[in-house]
Amino acid sequence: MIVADKKPIQEIIETVKHCEKILVLGCNECVTVCEAGGKKEVGILSSALRMYFLNQGKEMKIDEITLERQCDHEYLDEIRDVADQYDAIVSLACGVGVQFTAEKYPSMPVYPGVNTCFLGATEKRGLWTERCQACGSCILATTGGICPVSRCAKRVMNGPCGGSSKGKCEISKDVDCAWQLIIDRLKAIGRLEDYEKVQPIKDWSTDRAGGPRRVVREDVQL
Amino acid sequence: MRLKYPSSIKIIRVPCTGKVDLLHVLRAFEKGADGVYVVGCEEGSCQYTKGNFRARKRIEQAQNILDTIGIGGERAQMYNLSSGEGTRFAQFAIEMEERIQKLGPNPIKLAHNKSAA
Amino acid sequence: MNVKTPSKLEKILRSGQLAVTSECGPPRGSDPEEVVKKAKLIGDCVDAINVTDNQTSVVRMSSLAACIRIKLLGYEPVLQMVTRDRNRIALQSDILGAASFDIHNLLCLSGDHQSFGDNKQGQNVHDLDSMQLVQTVRHMRDEGKFLNGDEIKRPPQMFVGAAANPFADPFEIRVPRLAKKIACGAEFIQTQCIYNLDRFEEWMKLARDRGLHEKVFIMAGMTPLKSVGMARYMKNRVPGMDVPDDVVKRMADTPKEKQAEEGINICIEAIERLKSVEGVSGFHIMAIEWEEKVPEIVKRAGLYPRPKVD
Repeated sequence: MIVADKKPIQEIIETVKHCEKILVLGCNECVTVCEAGGKKEVGILSSALRMYFLNQGKEMKIDEITLERQCDHEYLDEIRDVADQYDAIVSLACGVGVQFTAEKYPSMPVYPGVNTCFLGATEKRGLWTERCQACGSCILATTGGICPVSRCAKRVMNGPCGGSSKGKCEISKDVDCAWQLIIDRLKAIGRLEDYEKVQPIKDWSTDRAGGPRRVVREDVQL
Repeated sequence: MRLKYPSSIKIIRVPCTGKVDLLHVLRAFEKGADGVYVVGCEEGSCQYTKGNFRARKRIEQAQNILDTIGIGGERAQMYNLSSGEGTRFAQFAIEMEERIQKLGPNPIKLAHNKSAA
Repeated sequence: MNVKTPSKLEKILRSGQLAVTSECGPPRGSDPEEVVKKAKLIGDCVDAINVTDNQTSVVRMSSLAACIRIKLLGYEPVLQMVTRDRNRIALQSDILGAASFDIHNLLCLSGDHQSFGDNKQGQNVHDLDSMQLVQTVRHMRDEGKFLNGDEIKRPPQMFVGAAANPFADPFEIRVPRLAKKIACGAEFIQTQCIYNLDRFEEWMKLARDRGLHEKVFIMAGMTPLKSVGMARYMKNRVPGMDVPDDVVKRMADTPKEKQAEEGINICIEAIERLKSVEGVSGFHIMAIEWEEKVPEIVKRAGLYPRPKVD
């Protein structure tokens, strides 16, 4: 899923302090799972903002709505009748939702309430870690199911580099060396001989480098 | 035990302090409470194992938010005792009341009054 | 003797003599005199001078510029190239630039992560990794073509090397990794600096078991210790470095004013021991900010004067 983290309240306060009425818009999917932008976080942020501004002598109208998703037209449609009542929308969805909401309501300033971080998984409650960088040409079949693009700090295709130490990356003891993981996994699945196969030079044109991307499926387009 | 504790304290009973949500605490302050404290079982004796730990974490989160927005994190507190300790309960109540008296009323209350005026 | 390039280093290695290289770190400024000074200190007692490429992700004068300066002085440079800062366009371009000044030695590396350096907020590139860079240079030299297949006018004549760290983890793939670099086309290897001679000899044995010592020239990395503090720092703070306790103890037992001298003694003893290890083709002496000691080390290790080649 897309993992996001709450923006500091001070930053959000700075962004909306000129407004009189705002809508805090949450999302029921990824940001709910990573406890950054779901219905509960909408409530917490709204309560905190209300108290802050009241304390400043300003009574700001702060409404709370959580949509199923903000990356689909049909759900964004649900706020069609109320959207223009506000000076701004603070969207707690990921960067996709913030932008899609803004595209749907172009005359409405839409501000992000979270920092969108990466594609990752819930290792345990309160710990989410990166697994994928959407490079567009998945090579997991050759690396024992562990991605060197997203999990190696230098995305070396033929690792490990000389800085791998006791299974950890040179940049931090908290970061596993992806290539140590790959080697361990190749051993576990009985394919260590794959290690010596040279990974060819990567085609990065399907990655960010190639420009904004799209997936077209004409077979499902009506 | 009929011990005295300050009348300014309103008690809300819950089956376990783990039921208390961060939002409950924040909304209480929004509505003008001067202080919120949660009294849970001794750590390690929670009937539901971790309920009081969850409550403690949520109080900590509330303290952070209240500090950030200028209300004051010390207005929220977590206490632990065993259910038979009536004297300690009264003690905590007095301690909390004294703390809040020192901190003064919730600035939100004043702000509410000002805007009503 | 079938040399493939005009590289002096290649000639000496292929002739079966022990080669000696050392290192010059470019300055954090644009004064060419600093490069000239260092080169002149060590030039006479080495076969080639490596120039580091923004080592530890700290901005320095570019390796290519410093290599050109060294070449113009009449010495033989080894251009170090990391893949951290340049994409494949810039890498191929710089290789041509180096070749235009008849620089014939290239060492391909990944480069330390930028979080170690003075620009932690910067991007990193890693369009290719160090092995793919080795493949690229060989392709440019041997096929005379760019990566995309177009012809190169006056292809680069580069003797291609890579780094190896016998002490990094995991130990079990360190020799397969060496094999991989050779498969990609590496012709010489310079290792990370060695203090654990037993472990290094173990690695060499495993390499010999696979016949790798006959496919690539392995130059043992040596860095003299200046002090017990340096020994401890290398032991505890530098990833992939193995400094045995007895080496640290030897330094610690030496009075402070004699520690530098003892560090050099340790270095020379190590060189003497490794000279007789089959498969060791030479030594790469990295005396960072202590270049003035390189002549002493080379001479006392019996490696002076350096062979003359035409």
